[in-house]
Parts: sequence; structure tokens; C-alpha cells
Amino acid sequence: MTTPIISVSDASVSFDDTRALDGFSLDVPVGALVALVGPSGCGKTTALRAIAGFQDLDAGTVSIRGETMVSDKINVPPEKRRVGMVFQEYALFPHISVAENVGYGVRGSDRVRRVAEVLDLVGLAEYGSRFPNELSGGEQQRVALARALAPEPDVVLLDEPFSNLDAPQRERMRRELKHIIRAARVTAVLVTHDQSEALAIADIVAVMRSGRIAQVGAPPDVYRSPVDPWVAGFLGDAVMFDSTVVEGVIETPIGDLDSDVPSGTDVQVMVRPEWIRPVQSPTASACVTDTEFYGHDQRAEITLADGSVIEAMVPSIDAIKVGDTVTLTLLDAVVFDRKEPAGLA
Amino acid sequence: MTQARSAVEFDPVVPHGDNGIVRSRGRQAKAPWWLWLGALALVGPLLLAIGSLFLRVFDATPAAWDTLFSTRTLGLVWRSFALTATVTATACVLGVGGAWVLARTDIGFRRGWGVLIALPLVIPSYVLAMVIISATGATGLIADLTGYTFPSISGFVGSWIALSLSTYPYVYLITSAALTRVDPTLEDAARGLGATRTRVFRTVVLPQLRPAIGAGALLAALYTLSDFGAVSLMRFDTFTRAIYAQYSGRIDRSPAILLSIVLILLAAVIITAEWRTRGRGSIFTSSPSRSASRVRLSRAGRSLWTAGLAALVAVGTVVPIAVLGGWVLQGLANDVEFVIPWNAVVGSITGATLAAIVAMAFTIPTVVLIVRHQSKRTEVLEKSIFALFSLPHITIAIAVVAFTVTWLRPVYQSLGVLVAVYAAMFLAQSVSSAKSSLMAIDPTVDDASRSLGRGRFQTLWRVQLPLMRTGLLAGGALVFVTTLKELPVTLLLSPPGFSTLAVRTWAAADELLYTRAATAALILVAMSVIPVYFLSIRRRESVGS
Repeated sequence: MTTPIISVSDASVSFDDTRALDGFSLDVPVGALVALVGPSGCGKTTALRAIAGFQDLDAGTVSIRGETMVSDKINVPPEKRRVGMVFQEYALFPHISVAENVGYGVRGSDRVRRVAEVLDLVGLAEYGSRFPNELSGGEQQRVALARALAPEPDVVLLDEPFSNLDAPQRERMRRELKHIIRAARVTAVLVTHDQSEALAIADIVAVMRSGRIAQVGAPPDVYRSPVDPWVAGFLGDAVMFDSTVVEGVIETPIGDLDSDVPSGTDVQVMVRPEWIRPVQSPTASACVTDTEFYGHDQRAEITLADGSVIEAMVPSIDAIKVGDTVTLTLLDAVVFDRKEPAGLA
Repeated sequence: MTQARSAVEFDPVVPHGDNGIVRSRGRQAKAPWWLWLGALALVGPLLLAIGSLFLRVFDATPAAWDTLFSTRTLGLVWRSFALTATVTATACVLGVGGAWVLARTDIGFRRGWGVLIALPLVIPSYVLAMVIISATGATGLIADLTGYTFPSISGFVGSWIALSLSTYPYVYLITSAALTRVDPTLEDAARGLGATRTRVFRTVVLPQLRPAIGAGALLAALYTLSDFGAVSLMRFDTFTRAIYAQYSGRIDRSPAILLSIVLILLAAVIITAEWRTRGRGSIFTSSPSRSASRVRLSRAGRSLWTAGLAALVAVGTVVPIAVLGGWVLQGLANDVEFVIPWNAVVGSITGATLAAIVAMAFTIPTVVLIVRHQSKRTEVLEKSIFALFSLPHITIAIAVVAFTVTWLRPVYQSLGVLVAVYAAMFLAQSVSSAKSSLMAIDPTVDDASRSLGRGRFQTLWRVQLPLMRTGLLAGGALVFVTTLKELPVTLLLSPPGFSTLAVRTWAAADELLYTRAATAALILVAMSVIPVYFLSIRRRESVGS
């Protein structure tokens, strides 16, 4: 692997008595679209602002393109970092036109051409003479993106880029953003609190928790193989069972799993609802007690023989209704050691 | 970009520091040194001058201490207190009454009355005082024109009338603003529970207005305690007049300094009290969705209130302007040479324009510091700026005289120092105005500029400055108007040969040359009206949008 274009290591920041960043480390490979995702207050925006240079670090280093930006001795100001930034509320300059906004960071004689080029890229070629307050939320968003891309940075940072858009706009903008970023050939880091958004848009998802990275990986990998129950629960719905390994077998209320974990280990088994396949069977002891039909799939609430309740996501072509008795098949499962949750597969 | 932001109140008369949103996004970046340099270069020396006044206590002469501890000082305290208390009470009655009747009843011609009863703001207290003195008594204008001798009004009664008329508009404006923010649904709720109108006013409206009225009252009190022009013309001995008497024509300045220190301490008590009410006043900063239903006045009530408003406008504005005009006409009729005091006009315009420009220039770094780099230290800076605005001008003048005579002899009574003192004293007005503008702007636009490769200074120049431009210009206009009316500092710090319309009005009135005084006063009022008119238009527009 080549050297990462952004590298943050052991970054720490404290506000009064809370630690916003606490040993945060992240390497971003060239050309990747990375989603930094975590619950609100986990420090993800602080991390982004530290990379951009708006947040001083108490400790740690930041380097971009192999050049040190922040260390004990160095602190390169934001205007010298050549990093584009798209702000959550867009932060367009209200007193100048769209074209002037976009051209603000471009120097040299090429300015007019470059402004036209980026506006065209974001699909707003005709909007140059308008003012920010005359634009819709989605248009402002695209201007903000164009403005960040105009000086031809090789890195763009986006802070909650979709949070001010309504649901249908959000989905369209998500696809568009991906295309624009690809077309501009930049490395992008975006911050979001929405895990489904992160999984949908990114090449690499970095899950953040309490000021540090909990897990980094491709979307399917972090979803299928979370490192701990917390990450598992954060990235999607999870059904959890406590159990103990007995001679290579883990018993769960919905079936047994083979395992190479040593006997006697206390484990926690995590199953995604869509990994559970209920099949109608008159003699079975599990019973469907509620359903919700979504169209593309359906949710079934299943009460087990021992009285516990689990959820399964079932393809919509499966006929399933309240009162059915079902046997359950496990398509996949993740096993965590209850003593040291990270590490088991 | 379009999320709801609480509208930041723009208040042209009463600047204040703590009006609103504190946006904290973790720790803010450290302010660069040149912002602090810019913010402190103007007010720093003045604060130093006032601070060093207190050191003068140690080299005060025995004679000065004798003056301070004489029974005369007790009299000063008593008279200042009596005047302040009566004026404040009167201002509250007039101001709250006017605000309530215009905001909550169906009295006719409300908008017009609203403008008219705030007009005394453009008439300085010494002009009102001169009008009262020159119109009444055996040799007054009334006696002269009608033959009827109106009883002479001066001393305590004269000061009380002049200052009550000068101060009630402050109470009126603050209370009206508060009334529009009191949620009328509370009043409806009380009425729905069976309360009568008077009970609603007493138990629901008044308690919510109390912080606003308190703030207005303290402002009126501070104004009265600080006033020099009116009491000196009325020959009513309060602290300010005694300080001036001790200063002028004496070689030993320490009695004036000791008295100034006492007055500063008295003012500090009121200023602190005023700051306390500010915080509490912010309880009702909601903007009600619905305007209040108006009380329907009875026929008698309507006539009575209309008569009251008319009387207030007559006494506060119409009569003073008429009397000034009368003196000019009388002078023309009696072949008194009518001269436009060009020297004073030029002096006023020069002083006020330079003060406005200097104040605006220093407002820029100050506001950026206060709004974008908020910290304990910037709070102290802001409080100091507002304290300078609130201190009695005569004490500031004494402090600057003592300071420059001792340490900066070459600039003593120079135009540069005069303008700098004006600008520093009134900086609070332009800071308050520009601050509202900058606070309405999301601080991430600064970050956006930085991330696009522009440094702090370029960001200040290309983003922050254009965004606060309107507020800054409005603030400059306020400084201009306030400087035009300024008297004690101008009297004590003017370079030889420099005169202003304020000084000319006051000095001529003091020598009973009323035609001269009236000419200067009329020009002065006319010059103040223009910027105030533009400010009120701007205010209405910003409220309307």
C-alpha cells in the first residue's frame, strides 16, 4: 500500500472536562471515499476540524500528502493546508454571488474558466450570477461542494453533508456527490451520524466511539464482522444471545453453532435479523407474534419456546403471518468473547 | 443556511453588551495578537487615564480633602440624589405610560405618536434647559411676547423638568420593545381565568416588564447623575457642576479629582445594578407568534390619553423648537446681528466625523475579537467599553486632563486626543451595532474562507468586514450624533480656538445670549435629526423583513 494521503495519529483534544478526541488515529488511502461515522458527541466533527486545521490538538500528529501539518512543533494554519471543506450549514458567503463564492479560493488568470468548469460539474452552470439566499438547500449544497473543489485540492472534507436535506433529496444528493467526487478525482472524508448513509456511500467506513476509532473497513466487512457488540449494534439491528462454548458447540435458542473457540469460554452471539430464516412448520415451538410488511421485505416478531422475543427480516415473497409456528435457520452469526469482546470470529 | 436564528435586536439608543446568542463550538481558536492590539489601542489609554485618577488620591492637597469633607459635599450628594430619584420616577411614569398606551390600546395615530414622543432624544438636555430658562420669568420669551409673566423656572424644578423630558424616551423605548415581546397568550389565559383588565396588567404584564422598566430606570438615573449641561445652566449644584466649578479657574486640580472619584464610584453602583437587570431581562426574549389584542379605550379614556400624549409632545418637542425659533426671530426683529456660527459648525462636523471614523475603525478588531474569539478576557474588554460609555463625561474629561498634563503634555488639548476620547467613550455604540450584524452570521463562513486558502487578515477584509458593514455604518452614525451633543469633554479638552455647536449653545445660554444660543441649538438639532432618521428607517426595515 502506498503512503496514506491523510494520516492522523494519537490525536487528543479536550474541551473543559470532556475529551472530544482521545487517541484518535486514522489513515486515509489516496482516492478513497471515507465515511467517519459515530453517534453524536463521539468527536467526529472535531476530528474533521482537526484535519482541516480549525481545531488545535492537545497531542498527536496530522500529516497530509506526507507533509506534517500538526506535531509538537508545527501547526500549519488552515489556509496553508490545501484541503477543501464543505460545512454542515454550507457557510456560503451571503454577500457575494455564486460565481464569486466558487471563485473565492481560486487564484490566477484561469479563474473564470475554472469557476465555469466546477459549476458545470455540479450541474449548476447557469447559476453563477445568483446569490446564496436565492438557492434551495440542495443547490446551496452543490455550490458549497463546487467552492471546495474549485482550487483543485486533492482532499475534500465534508461535515454532515446531507443533514440539512429532506429524505428524497438526500438519497439523490448522495449518489450525485459520489459521482462528483469520483469525477473530480479527489480523496474525500465525510462525517455522518447515519450508519446507513455511511455504508451506502463510502469505500471505507471508519466507526468512531468516544473520541477514537473503533473499527475501519469496507462497508460489507464492518457490517458482517463488527469487532465488538457495540459496533455491531451501532451499524445495524442485532439480535444478541449469551452462551458458553461446550466442546466446539455454541448453543443458542435458535440453533447450535460450530465453533473453534476453546470450551468453557463465555461468548455473546450476534445475529442480524436478516440472517435468520424462519420456515413454517406445524410442529415447531417458535411462534410469529407480529409482522410488519415494508414492501421490499418484512419484519417478523418471533416468540421462542423460552418466552424470549427476537426479530427476523424476511424477503417479502415469503408468506408469513401472525400465529404461524416456525423453525429457524441461521445464515450467519458473529461470536464475541464476553470477557474481551474484540477479536473472535 | 436557512435555519431559524433568533433575531438580534438592534437598539440604536441603548447599546448593550450581552444581547444574545453565544455560539460555542468547543474551544475557539486563539485570537491573533494584532486583533488585541487593535482593540486595545483606543480604549487602553483611556482606561489607564481613569485608573491613574485613583492614584491621585495620594497626592491630593489638604485643601482638597477639606473640600471633600466639608458639609458642602453632603449637600451635593443630597441634591444629586434627590434630582436623580425624582427624574427617574417621572421618566418611568411617562415612559411606561406612553409605551403601554401605544402598544396595548386602540388609541388612534399610534405610529405617529410613537415617533413623536421619542423625539426629545435628539434634543440635548442643555438645550431643553436653556429653552425653559429663556422662556420663563420676567425677562423670558413668554413675557416678552405676551406680556404675561410666566413664573421663572430654574434650579431644582428646572433641572427636574429638563432631565425628565430628556430621559423618559429611554424608558419608553426599552419598555415598548419589551412589550412587543411579552407573549399576549399569557394575557388571554389570565382573562380566560376571569381576571379583569387591571388585574391582568398588574399580575401578568407588569411583572414581565419589570426587568425592562428597571433597565430603563437605571439608565435614566445614570443619565441624570452624569448630566452636566442642564444642571449647570439651571444653576443647580450637583456633583457634575461642582466638579466643573472646582476645575475651572483653580490651579489646584485635586478637589475636582477627588469629587470625580466619588462620582465615578456612585455611577459604578448604578452601572453594576444596571448590568444585573440586563441578565434578568432576557427571560422573555421569545418572539410571540401573534400580536396582542388591544384594549378598547372608552371615549373619556381616549381623550385623556390623547391629551396626555399631545402635552408630552408639546412640552418635549414642539415648545422647545418654537422657543428656539422665537429667539432667532426676536433677534432678527431687534436687529441683533444674525450670524451662522461657521466656526462651531465646522468644529462640530469635524469632531463628530472624525470620532465616527475612528470609532468604526477600532470597532472592527474589537467586534471580531468579542464575537469570534469569546473568552473571559474579551468579556472584560467588552464590559470596559460599556463602562466607558456609561461613566459621567465630566469625570472622563478630568481624568484625561490630569493624565495628559502629567504624562503627555505635548498632546494636552489637541484635536487628536479629543477625537480619540470621543471615539473611545462612544465605541460601545458602534460595537453594539456591528456586533449584532456579525453575530447573525454563522462563524463557519470564516472557516470556509480559511479553508479556501485565505489567511486571517484576508478573511477579515473580504468576509467579516463586508458582513458587518451595515451594522458598522449604523454604529458610526450613532457615534456621530452622540458626539455632536457632547458637552463636558469638549469644554475641557478642546484645543484653543476649537468650538462646537454644543459648546457655543451652552456658553451663549450661560451668558444669557439666547439668540446666539438658539441659532446654534437649532443647527445642532437639525444636524442630529438626519442620521437618526436614517437609523429609524433601517430599524423599521430590519423589523419588517
